[in-house]
Amino acid sequence: MAGEEPAAGADLRLVDVTKRFGDFVAVDDLSLTIPAGSFFALLGPSGCGKTTTLRMVAGLEEPTSGSIVLGDRDVTYAKPYQREVNTVFQNYALFPHLDIFENVAFGLRRRKVKDVTERVEAVLELVELAHLARRKPGQLSGGQQQRIALARAVVNRPSVLLLDEPLGALDLKLRRGMQLELKRIQLEVGLTFVHVTHDQEEAMTMADTIAVMNAGRIEQLGSPAELYESPNTTFVANFLGQSNLVAGTVTGRSGTDVEVEVAGRRVALAARRNRAQGDDLLIGVRPEKIALLAATDPVPANLNRLDGGVVTDASFTGVSTQYLVQMPWGQQLTVFSQNLGVGGVVAPGTPVTLAWEPAHTFALEGDAAAGSQVEDALAGVG
Amino acid sequence: MTVIDSPPRRPAVADPSPSGPSGLHRVRRWLGANGLRIYAAIAFAYIFLPIAYVTVFSFNVPGRTNLTWRGFTTTNWAHPCDAPDVCSAVGNSLKIGLVATLLATVLGTLIAFALARHRFRGRGTTNLLLFLPMATPEVVLAASLLTLFLNFKVNLGFATIIAAHVMFCISFVVVTVKARIAGLDPRLEQAAMDLYANEIETFRRITLPLVAPGIAGAALLSFSLSFDDFIITNFVSGNVNTFPKFIYVSAGRGIPAQAYVIGSAAFFLSLLIVLVAEVVRRRRPSP
Amino acid sequence: MAIASASHAPGTAPVVPPRSGLRSRTLTPYLLMLPGLLWLGVFFVVPLLTLLATSTQTPAPSGETGAFQQTLRFANYWDSLQAYEAQFIRSFGYAAIATVLALLISYPLAYAIAFKVGALRNLLLVLVVAPFFCSFLLRTLAWRQILADEGFVVRTLKSLHLMGDTTTLTASAVAVVAGITYNFLPFMTLPLYASLERIDPRLIEAGGDLYAGAFTTFRKVTFPLSMPGVVAGTLLTFIPAAGDYVNAELLGNPNTRMIGNVVQSRFFTIVDYPTAAVLSFLLMAAILILVTFYVRRAGTEELV
Repeated sequence: MAGEEPAAGADLRLVDVTKRFGDFVAVDDLSLTIPAGSFFALLGPSGCGKTTTLRMVAGLEEPTSGSIVLGDRDVTYAKPYQREVNTVFQNYALFPHLDIFENVAFGLRRRKVKDVTERVEAVLELVELAHLARRKPGQLSGGQQQRIALARAVVNRPSVLLLDEPLGALDLKLRRGMQLELKRIQLEVGLTFVHVTHDQEEAMTMADTIAVMNAGRIEQLGSPAELYESPNTTFVANFLGQSNLVAGTVTGRSGTDVEVEVAGRRVALAARRNRAQGDDLLIGVRPEKIALLAATDPVPANLNRLDGGVVTDASFTGVSTQYLVQMPWGQQLTVFSQNLGVGGVVAPGTPVTLAWEPAHTFALEGDAAAGSQVEDALAGVG
Repeated sequence: MTVIDSPPRRPAVADPSPSGPSGLHRVRRWLGANGLRIYAAIAFAYIFLPIAYVTVFSFNVPGRTNLTWRGFTTTNWAHPCDAPDVCSAVGNSLKIGLVATLLATVLGTLIAFALARHRFRGRGTTNLLLFLPMATPEVVLAASLLTLFLNFKVNLGFATIIAAHVMFCISFVVVTVKARIAGLDPRLEQAAMDLYANEIETFRRITLPLVAPGIAGAALLSFSLSFDDFIITNFVSGNVNTFPKFIYVSAGRGIPAQAYVIGSAAFFLSLLIVLVAEVVRRRRPSP
Repeated sequence: MAIASASHAPGTAPVVPPRSGLRSRTLTPYLLMLPGLLWLGVFFVVPLLTLLATSTQTPAPSGETGAFQQTLRFANYWDSLQAYEAQFIRSFGYAAIATVLALLISYPLAYAIAFKVGALRNLLLVLVVAPFFCSFLLRTLAWRQILADEGFVVRTLKSLHLMGDTTTLTASAVAVVAGITYNFLPFMTLPLYASLERIDPRLIEAGGDLYAGAFTTFRKVTFPLSMPGVVAGTLLTFIPAAGDYVNAELLGNPNTRMIGNVVQSRFFTIVDYPTAAVLSFLLMAAILILVTFYVRRAGTEELV
C-alpha cells in the first residue's frame, strides 16, 4: 500500500451489518450502498447507531456479523491503517505535540508518499489556512482546528471520507459557513463524503442522499426533498422538520386519489403518496404548507380544510410566525406563516380554519409521536 | 387581527445601603479577604525556616561541629569534597539513585500502561499490591527486607539498596504515569491508526511523546525518594555509605559544613529544575 | 435540541477503566505487569512472609548471637505487646497528635492555595513540596539547632517570659511531635489541596445565595466536600508517622522512644529478630485495619 494512490471513486457497500454490545443491538442488519463521489448523510437521533456504523467503516469497531466492501475489496476485518478510509473526528483529534504541517502530513508520511510538501501546501490552500502551517493545534480556534482536521483527512485522497458530527462544537454562524465549505470542497476534490449527524437541517443542506436511522435500522433513504416531502414512516415525518399527523379513515379510493374522513371533514390526497396499507391511517401535512384563514373567511373549494380551530399560541421568529392551533377533537396542530409583511400576527383566541393543497398531503400508518424531538428529550436519551 | 404587546417593565431593585461601609467594617472585610493569604505566608515561613538555616550555615567557617556561627565563608561551596566521606557518600547516593530510577521507571511505566489501557481480571489485587508499599511504615519495610537478606545470606551492599529502592519507587511511578495516560484522549491514537499508522508507529509517534512528561515526572520523583531515603537504606546497606546515612552518623560527632552545602545545593537545583519545567509547560500549548 | 452521540456503546455510561479503541488481547496486560509485579513480589511480599516466619522464632539452644530457631511460638506477640505497651501507645499518640496538628496547619494553607491565590497556585504547590529536595535529616537536625537553648527562638521566648527558665525544647516529646508534624506536612497538604481544588466554587457561592454566612457555608458545604482529601491526608500522615523513629531519635530522649526505635535497636543494638518482627507486624496490623476501613469507603481504584 505504500506510495500507491488509493482508488478514488469506489462504491462503499455495507451488507447485512450487525453490531452487538452484549445484549444491546446498536446496528441491526444494515444494508447500504453509497455511490462513489456522493455526499451521503447518516442522520438520526442519539443512540440510533449512526456513529457505530461510521466507526465500523473506519475500522475502529468490528461488526458482529455482515461485511463491508470498498470497491471490490472486502475490508470488514481490515485494520484502520489498512483501509483507504479517513475520518474527521468529532473533537478533531489533532495531535497536540505536532505542528499543523506535521499533523496534515501524518498520513502521507506513514504511507511514504513522495511529494509531501507540495500536497500538504495544496490542501492547506484549499482550506485557506496555509499561513498557520507552523503553529500548534492549541493555538488555533475551533473553526480553524475543524478545517485542519478536514485537511488532514482529505490530503490522503481516501476512497471514502468519514465525518463524525464535525460541526457540533461550532457556533451557529460558523457552522453554517462550514457546511457550505464542506460542500464546496467535496465537489472540488470529488471524494465520497459520509457525514454522520443528528442535525436534520445540516443533513439536508449538505447531502445528496440521506439515510435516516432509528434504533440500528434505516427508516428511509433518499434525497433531502424526497425524504422531506414524502416520508415513508412517522419517524421520518417527525424527525425531519415537523409534521401535523391527524388520524383518519379511508372513505373512498379512485385510481389516482384517496378520500379520507378526518374528524368529520373530507380530505383528499394522491394515492401514490399514501403509505398506509389499511383503512386506518394518519393524514400528514407540513406546517409551512398550511394557510391560516379566519373562521369567517371563505375557503376555495379545491383545498383540503380543517375548521373549528382556535389559535392558542403565536411565536414571531422573524422569518415566520409559528402558530399552535387547538382543534375541536383535542389535537394541537402547528402552522408556519411566512412573514410576508402582510397583515399582522394572529392573536391567540382567534377562531381559524386550516387550509392546504391536496397535493401537499401524505398519509402514513403507525405511531403519530415517533421521532418527535420532544419525546426523545423527555424519555431521557442517554 | 390584533398584535400582541410586549411584557410590562419591572421596577428597579432598591439600593441596600445609602452611605458606604464603616471603618471597622472595612478592616474586617480586608481581613476576611486577605487573612488566609497572610496565614499562608506565615505557614511558608515556617516550612522554609530549616532550609534557610541549612543554607545559611553552609557558609559557616568550618570547625569541628557546625553548631555555632563562626563567620561567613565561601570555601565550603568552593571545596565541597574537603570533608572526608562527604563526596563518596554523595557519589554512592547518585549512583544508586540513577540505577534505581531507571529500573523503577521502566517497570512502573509498563504496569501503568497495563492498568490504564487494558481490562483484565485481578485489577483489585494489583491495585492493592501497588498501594501497600506506599502505606506500609518504612521501618516495617526495612525490617522485612533485612530479614529476607539475612535469611538468604545475601551480602548487604549496593545490590540490596537498589533492590529496596526500586521496590518502594514502583508504586509512585505507577500512580504518576497512570494519571498521565488516563488523561490522554484515546481518539488521538484512533486518529493515528485511521491515518495509516500501525500499532507500533502509533505508540512511538503519538502515545509515547504525549505520555513522556508524566514519565519524566515519575523519574524525578523516584530519584528524589531514592536520594533522600534513610530508614530503609540504613537497614539494608551494610557498609555502603549514602548521603543521608552519612548525616545520621555524623549527627553525633558533628556534621561538616560541606554536608550543608550538598543539602542546599540539592534543594536549589531541584527547585530550579521544577520551576524551569513549569515555565516550559506553560509556554507550550496544553494537549 | 442537540444531543451528541457517544463514540462508545450508546446508551451506556463510560466504563471504568477506560478501554482502547480496539479490542485488547488478554495476555498483553499480564506480560506488561509481570516484571514490576514480580519485583514487588520478591522484595515486598516475600520479605513480609519471612518477617512473619521470624516473628514466631525463639533463641536457639546454642545461645549464639543471632541464632534463632522456628518454634511457632505465637506467644511472642502477647509478650511483646505487654513489654512494649508504652511505646505503642506513645507511637500512636504522637502520630495522632502530629496528624491533628498537621491537619490544622495544612487545611487553611491548602484552602488558601486552592481559592485565594489564583495564578500562583502551581508555584506555591511546588514550594510546599520543595523542602523535600533537601535531606530530611538535615532539616530535622536544623530544627534541633533552631530550638536549642542557645538559639534565637528559645532566647526570645524566655525573655518574653512565655517559657520557663529551666524548660528546654529539645530532647523532649514536644520537639518529637513538632518534628513529625513538620516532616509530614506535605503529605497532608497535597491531598487536601487536590480535594479542595475539585470543589466547584459556584457551590460555595450557592451557599451564600441560600442565606448561609461564610462560616456556615464552610461547615456545611466546603468541609464535607473536602472529606476525601481529609481522609487521604490523614492516612498518608498517620501511617508513616506511627512507624517513624528518626524524629524520636534526633529530637527526643530515652523517654520518648517509639516503636520504630525499638525495632531498630532489636536489629542493630540487641540482636533480637523475633521481637523486631513481632513489633513490626503489630504495627502493620493496626495500620491494615485503618487501610481496610478506607478501602471499604473508597474502593481500590482510588488507591493508585
